[in-house]
Amino acid sequence: MKRGRMLTAALVAVAIVASACGGAGSGGTATKPDVIVGSTNFYEQITLGELYSQILEANGYKVTRKFNLGNREIVEPAIESGQIDIDAEYLATLLAFVDKDGKIAKPTTDPKETQTGLQKALDAKSLTVLDPAAATDQNGFVVTQAIASSKSLKKLSDLASIGNTLVLGGPPECPTRPFCALGLKNTYGITFKDFKPLDAGGPLTVAALEGKQIDVGLLFTSDPSIVAKNFVLLDDDKHLQLADNIAPVVRNALLQKDDGTLKRLLNSISAKLTQAELNDMNKQVAVDKADSKVVAAAWLKKQGLIK
Amino acid sequence: MTPGEPLVRWDWIASHAEDIGQRVGEHLELTVIAVAMGFLIAFVLSLLALRVPRLYGPITWTTGILYTIPSLALFALLIPYTGLSLLSAEIGLVSYTLLILIRNIVAGVRGVPVEVRDAARGMGYTDRQILWRVELPLALAVIFAGIRVATITTIGLVTVTALIGQGGMGYFILLGIQLFFSTALIVGALGSVVLAVLADGTLVLAQRALTPWTRAG
Amino acid sequence: MTALGDLFRWLTDPTNWQGSHGIPVRVFEHIELSGISVLIALVIAMPIALYLGHTGRGGFIAINVANVGRALPSLALLAFGLVIAIALGLGLGFWPTVFALVPLAIPPIVTNAYVAIREVDRDVVEAARGMGLSETGILRSIEVPLGLPVILSGVRTAAVNVVATATLGALVAGGALGRFIVDGLALQEYDQLMGGALLVALLAIATEVSFAALERATVPPGMVAIR
Repeated sequence: MKRGRMLTAALVAVAIVASACGGAGSGGTATKPDVIVGSTNFYEQITLGELYSQILEANGYKVTRKFNLGNREIVEPAIESGQIDIDAEYLATLLAFVDKDGKIAKPTTDPKETQTGLQKALDAKSLTVLDPAAATDQNGFVVTQAIASSKSLKKLSDLASIGNTLVLGGPPECPTRPFCALGLKNTYGITFKDFKPLDAGGPLTVAALEGKQIDVGLLFTSDPSIVAKNFVLLDDDKHLQLADNIAPVVRNALLQKDDGTLKRLLNSISAKLTQAELNDMNKQVAVDKADSKVVAAAWLKKQGLIK
Repeated sequence: MTPGEPLVRWDWIASHAEDIGQRVGEHLELTVIAVAMGFLIAFVLSLLALRVPRLYGPITWTTGILYTIPSLALFALLIPYTGLSLLSAEIGLVSYTLLILIRNIVAGVRGVPVEVRDAARGMGYTDRQILWRVELPLALAVIFAGIRVATITTIGLVTVTALIGQGGMGYFILLGIQLFFSTALIVGALGSVVLAVLADGTLVLAQRALTPWTRAG
Repeated sequence: MTALGDLFRWLTDPTNWQGSHGIPVRVFEHIELSGISVLIALVIAMPIALYLGHTGRGGFIAINVANVGRALPSLALLAFGLVIAIALGLGLGFWPTVFALVPLAIPPIVTNAYVAIREVDRDVVEAARGMGLSETGILRSIEVPLGLPVILSGVRTAAVNVVATATLGALVAGGALGRFIVDGLALQEYDQLMGGALLVALLAIATEVSFAALERATVPPGMVAIR
């Protein structure tokens, strides 16, 4: 019994060490490095992660998926430290995140300008942002039909005078984010009565809006529930939200190990990803409860990007 | 859940059978590693506590503190040090097994009647022989009870690791929450309960096999 | 270590002790949440457990309810709680969490109460029956007082589990100490996260200690001599 126990112990110890060390870069063929694709805990991110993963897999790359890691505060350090190699990002929001004071560059409503600015900010972190897609996804602030009619709300400026009677709901990091509550305060002068930490544009926020626990909720502009639940998306008349086009961010270390195929493949996705296409994929996942993996595969095939 | 949406979509379950199987494997892997490592560490600490009784207090005190730290917090606190990895999940899971296992191993050995120990000593057994050939075998029932509790608790806790990117059946629970999708939620929840019941049953059988003398009584 | 320094700074920062999002409010919310959940569990489970213990029936159920209960993943219970609460119009936060915590509290209460009553010396019970006490009288005057320490030990386990798990409530827009942990994680503010974890651990320990003292105080005087 004693010897058996020691053997088990040794095996278990090896298993733990092996799994802890497992992940990027051990093996793979000569020209094609191993890749880790990551995503935040939002279903659109998982779909995008699947798009990137599947096109690479179809071209001979070995891909490890690390999805659902949490929010950007967790995922961004993860790509910087090499725990993941690729993730899908939104130009303006990421730029504001990595360059909080706007010392290196400021995001604008122009995607090309914002991409250049973002790349400058990412240079210090050995990351590269590839071509942006036409599709964007931004923070949208919605109210129910009832509140919109009773308080005559059509655009965000309408909230300025009555903000202190309203409760805002959004992800826990909203109060500190420049395109969220912080931005609403600085650009529109809106101070809310209270803030309820919920989720990132997910079912908790929808439920809170419907249950009247919040008056204004943050949902993402590509979210199918806005239409499905008859919410009113308040117009961003002062252009707080900027060019949040979707683009892959990749570690330079990975690009250096590759012969340029990876870059070409990921860019080919961005070239075909329009707003309508993105919205449709989101609807399939969020409303029809189709699998992100299946939806991504179908889209790639339809676009002729994989066989 | 979205109105008009059935509680369980069997077609979804059927088309995801392979996925579900993979997650079950993941869940079991996380559990087995945690309980095995936990038992190893607990065993060593228990032997220490039995040899040096003064250490029992501090050892149970430390593992007790670990036990009261909320699981989400423990996993989250490990992220800056060990990353979003299996290792972080395992460190957390192992920590939660220690208190139960140590308590049961020590209680089991201490619970062996003094007369039996004296008889063994009378027969010329050394202290070490007494521990390995008399006390531990007789303590097996209590030790197994501890392993059962530790295993079931771990199976439940593995679901929380989904929040740091690991997960097993927790993956489906998280999916259910993110998309308000009851089928995934039920698969995740029932799945881990079924796993726990099966694990418990297996351990009971193993215990019966290893301690045939308890049935004879 | 700077991490501990940050934690200390967070704990001693007066702004963290004020307002509706401050530490005292969160501690109170946590006690409220845990207390009500344990109370509801007691109301549901205790009568059943006492009845089963007294009559000696359903032992198999009583013991195995504990096993299944421990295996229920709290995260899933929370999600179900959310669905039920929304369906009943009870909103987010408090009630979904209660729905998740009550099933967690029931198993230790049931198992311990059952075993406690069963362990009471049958001769004593027979003697009481012979003296003409009714069944409920026996339960009330003999079995419960004698079994009280073990019964309370079950409530203690339930309470400590509930206090530690109540942190998950923050995931469904709840308050309480879990708020510091979830927000701390989301904002990557580790001082807040550690602060929340520490406060929960302290609260759990305080719960454990209080109940242990209560158990010691309720051992019937006659039994103290025997033990």
